[in-house]
Amino acid sequence: MLSPPPFLSGGEDCKVRVLSPQARREERAFYLFLLPWIIGLIVFTAGPVVVSFLLSFTKYDMVSVPEIRGAGNYTELFRDPLFWKSLKITLYYTTLAVPLGMMVALLIAMLLNQRVPFLPFYRTLYYVPSITPAVAGALLWQWLLNPDFGIVNYYIFKIFRVRGPQWFFSEQWVIPSFAIMSLWGVGQAVVIFLASLQSVPTTFYEAATVDGAGPLAKFFRITIPMISPTILFLLVTGIIGSFQVFTPIFVITVGRGGPNYASLVYVLYLFQNAFRNFRMGYAAAQAWILFLVILLLTLLVLKISRSWVYYEAER
Amino acid sequence: MMEARTSAVSGWTSERFRQNIGRLIVIILVTLGALVAIFPLWWMFNSSLKTRFTVIRFPPELIPVRSHWENYPEALTFMPFNIFFRNTFFYATVAVIGELFSSSLVAFGFARLRARYSNILFILVLSTMMLPYQVTMIPQYIMFSLLKWIDSYRPLLLPKFFGSAYLIFLLRQFYLGIPREMDEAAKIDGCSYLRLWWYITLPLSKSALVAVIIFSFMWHWNDYLGPLIYLNKETLLTVSIGLSWFTAAYGGTPWHLLMAASLVFTLPPLILFFFSQRYFIQGIVISGVKG
Repeated sequence: MLSPPPFLSGGEDCKVRVLSPQARREERAFYLFLLPWIIGLIVFTAGPVVVSFLLSFTKYDMVSVPEIRGAGNYTELFRDPLFWKSLKITLYYTTLAVPLGMMVALLIAMLLNQRVPFLPFYRTLYYVPSITPAVAGALLWQWLLNPDFGIVNYYIFKIFRVRGPQWFFSEQWVIPSFAIMSLWGVGQAVVIFLASLQSVPTTFYEAATVDGAGPLAKFFRITIPMISPTILFLLVTGIIGSFQVFTPIFVITVGRGGPNYASLVYVLYLFQNAFRNFRMGYAAAQAWILFLVILLLTLLVLKISRSWVYYEAER
Repeated sequence: MMEARTSAVSGWTSERFRQNIGRLIVIILVTLGALVAIFPLWWMFNSSLKTRFTVIRFPPELIPVRSHWENYPEALTFMPFNIFFRNTFFYATVAVIGELFSSSLVAFGFARLRARYSNILFILVLSTMMLPYQVTMIPQYIMFSLLKWIDSYRPLLLPKFFGSAYLIFLLRQFYLGIPREMDEAAKIDGCSYLRLWWYITLPLSKSALVAVIIFSFMWHWNDYLGPLIYLNKETLLTVSIGLSWFTAAYGGTPWHLLMAASLVFTLPPLILFFFSQRYFIQGIVISGVKG
């Protein structure tokens, strides 16, 4: 006699495979509810991801038929000085803007967490700049940091009696200028840090005070470990976001990334290749490298984070 | 010895005194920081009320001596901003409707319905957040240009009806916090899942839905890259594109007019924020802390 096939024997297996009518109905409903996302995933994400990968091995200008180039786009990119420059500029911007922004945000959040009166009022004031549309914010900062008529250089001259930098018009200053401008938008991080700080039990601090711990010890031994998951979250989203910085730089440098390509960030160069030079294959290769760089950086941060991020549930 | 005695006598008060001083310093620092944060916006408003001469005059007037409100009509009629505003409003509103409906449906599926591959699919949702827009941007552009949809709002709006990963994530987190007993009661009544979603889950998650509406509205109100790629015709432009071309179209930079137009552009999100702050902050916190 033939033994029954494995999937029909064994109680446990059966329970997993054969669903009750109710469970089956629920599962069908699940996929129906997910349908918009599934269609969107195929048409607007997965499909384009595959196409973009294939495209990165071709030469395509939107007019003639795509021409297979093999790894040509990639080898050309690695020999393209502007590609390397844009990567370096983006890294420079990220290393300035992300840590600076997080430190400022944490500082503000910790001050706000000291039982400040009218807390919601202050929180609103710090958050309002993040509401300003990117283009309006960019134009505003172009005006504030105007080398000749800007209010910032006026006060620099008045207080220090020296001429202020040329800001967006200087090769050395243009990226720091964008980093300073990005600091204006730390409100979001302040709100997140504040919520995280408020969730640290006060008993921890009280116990530490009884043990004679000073403010520095409390900060490094209680505050930082307790909010470390938030730090990690903001670090990862911050890196991903600043690697894709585009709008303020496009607006202020009128799409050029000047002066002398000093602010040609990665996505700006990608945009120029795709929509100015119509080198779609080349730009697709750039997009893929961007994806890999972001992925590797994120994985690196996550890997390092294991040594300093503290999750309560794990203890 | 003298010192020891005073501190012993007034130990409690000096400690109290030190604490008060500390709090005062904190309040001063927080106020100074808030002033720095808010000053640029004040400067935008202040500059918008000056003339082309007083706006670049030194020393600058921190409070305008004469307010030139006529700058506003001038700034807003120099380019067809009425059309730009209408376009931006249309784009943001339709996008909000699309994202709200699709994301809340999908989030309901993830939060409430049991299925075998639910977790894997949810991880897939999260991982699409990692994918930079630039990777899908080029093929999407090619696809829409083959459909001859360039210079229309279709390429910008259609994808909004298929859920946004971030909003799906945010709403799922919120739905998970709604007690399940509610749905059990509804199911016994023979309520279908769609009605369960509409009559039970949605009314119970008003605050999260408000947060989603505001987030989505602001993203699309501010969106630059999308309209930049797909829209060329002047009658189709959004305010953000029009504003960024202002200087070039004017020839020279009329800072007072530019600031006036920027301020008008900033007002709708600002007003929206003031009216719905609570939900807004809650939304940020849900995605940031629980995530």
